Amino acid sequence: MAAEFLRVEKLTKRFGNNTVVHGVDFAFAKGEFISLLGPSGCGKTTILRMIAGFETPTSGSIEVEGQDITHLKPNQRQLGMVFQAYALFPNLNVGDNIGFGLKIAGMGREERRARTDEMLRLIGLPGFEKRFPYEMSGGQQQRVALARAIAPRPRMLLLDEPLSALDAKIRVSLREEIRAIQLDLGITTVFVTHDQEEALSISDRIVVMNAGHIEQLGAPHEVYNKPATRFVATFVGTLNTIEASVASAANHQVTIDGQTVALPSLPSGAVDGSAISLTLRPEVLSVGNRPGNDIVLAGTVADVTFLGSVIRLRVALGQNTLSLDTFNDQRTAPPTRGEPVTISLASKDLLILGE
Amino acid sequence: MKPSRFWPWFTLLLGASYFIIPLIATFEFSLRMRRGYYSFDAYLSVFSDPRFQATFGYSVVIGIFAIIVGVLIVVPAVYFVRLRLPWLRPFVEFLTLLPLIIPAIVLVYGYIRLYNSSSLIPFTGSALGTDVLLVFAYVTLALPYMYRAVDTGMRTIDVQTLTEAAQIMGANSATIIARVILPNVLVAVLSGAFLTFAIVIGEFTIASLLNRPAFGPYLQNIGANRAYEPAALAIISFIITWGAMGMINLLARFAPRTSARTD
Repeated sequence: MAAEFLRVEKLTKRFGNNTVVHGVDFAFAKGEFISLLGPSGCGKTTILRMIAGFETPTSGSIEVEGQDITHLKPNQRQLGMVFQAYALFPNLNVGDNIGFGLKIAGMGREERRARTDEMLRLIGLPGFEKRFPYEMSGGQQQRVALARAIAPRPRMLLLDEPLSALDAKIRVSLREEIRAIQLDLGITTVFVTHDQEEALSISDRIVVMNAGHIEQLGAPHEVYNKPATRFVATFVGTLNTIEASVASAANHQVTIDGQTVALPSLPSGAVDGSAISLTLRPEVLSVGNRPGNDIVLAGTVADVTFLGSVIRLRVALGQNTLSLDTFNDQRTAPPTRGEPVTISLASKDLLILGE
Repeated sequence: MKPSRFWPWFTLLLGASYFIIPLIATFEFSLRMRRGYYSFDAYLSVFSDPRFQATFGYSVVIGIFAIIVGVLIVVPAVYFVRLRLPWLRPFVEFLTLLPLIIPAIVLVYGYIRLYNSSSLIPFTGSALGTDVLLVFAYVTLALPYMYRAVDTGMRTIDVQTLTEAAQIMGANSATIIARVILPNVLVAVLSGAFLTFAIVIGEFTIASLLNRPAFGPYLQNIGANRAYEPAALAIISFIITWGAMGMINLLARFAPRTSARTD
């Protein structure tokens, strides 16, 4: 692994009696795009604000390039930050907003202008330097905020839910733009979001957080395909849960809605007749008996949602209802509600999750 | 059925006449100095009086200093209370209301007892010291207006996020107040400044008891000894006050605009 650029050790934050971050540890290499992902109140923004210097950790340390910055003031950390609410200075035009950090750093007028022009080209807004923030769309304002954050060449870029205030369509295009700029500059970036799709689509690695703890840290495909805990599995992507009963613990057989299937393994402590939960992603399920799938189940179509290129089915198996997506085939009509349907899956795709 | 507009108009006109009729009467009286004709003789008499020029000039200078000191105290105070000590806001609001509750005469007697020539800080021991004391007294007197104007201005901007955005780019607190906060609440600050000016120009009690040659005591003196000039001065004072209020409205158009667009 490359040398550690950002290291967070045993980071804890308490507000009164409420501990919002519990001894968090992680380390990242230079140039990585890291997402802190989790629901509201999980402590992700508090961690970002501690890295920025806006909150003081109760205990623990933060190092950037080997320098302990835990107790440095925000204006001594040489970091850039983009805020959810854009936070452009209303009294300054775009050029002056971008040049703000450069002016503070004592850069001369000409040099500042050149850097501002360079930033405006980078964000695709050349010629916008005389405009005021209120004259621009939300997406444009956030791009200016990004340019302002990276203009002083910070050591690291912090993004605090920068896409949350934008419309869905702008969000997608801007996140791609942010990622392209980050790759282009090779700047280490910490991105806070509660949107799993955002985190999965642009991150090198994701820190999934819950209640002040790290649930899992890994590449997007690892987090999605091999969730470490049930929380990660349910928070990142959609998860189906099948309630089954153990038919034969010795033979790894379970009964689902009266249909007996064999599994590669059973959770420890499973005995004959005990109830267990099996979890699986919607995409591992196929309509019909697909070659390679060793579990075939018969059910009934409970609901059909036509989404254009994809049809989302909900299939009832007794008490269980499974969700799965199938591609729209223009030559055949979509299944109808109440229609009997056969679904199949590979037993190796079942997720055995810890709590 | 369309509701009748008679009563609303009647109430409005009744209220307006309460203020306008005495003003018109005063104005009409101020034009009667020359017997049998309307003229601006009373105004000419006032403007040519060297005491008018001296006292008005004195009050303007004192007013400007009161505004400067007020801004230097109130802007950072409101900023830090909003940012770091929000729990202190109700207390600060109450504190800033006190000058409205405590009569000016009580205030000035307190000052004279505290800062007389035999006290530890003998402000009243010299003319300059008394001028400084007068400035501080006017800052206190205008505090409710200045505080509220600045506080309202700061409510329109996201003080915390703008501060953090400036901090992370290397700015210190003084730079943030001077380059980010103050320009964004400048219109509010100027509103407070014009209110302060309007108060200072006509203030009588404190200036008189501190024995300073201000415009308020001059107005009183003229009022006691002349017939038509006081009416002219009343109209001039109204015009100055209204001018200050008009400037507040005019400036509101130039306030920096924020935009929370999502597109």
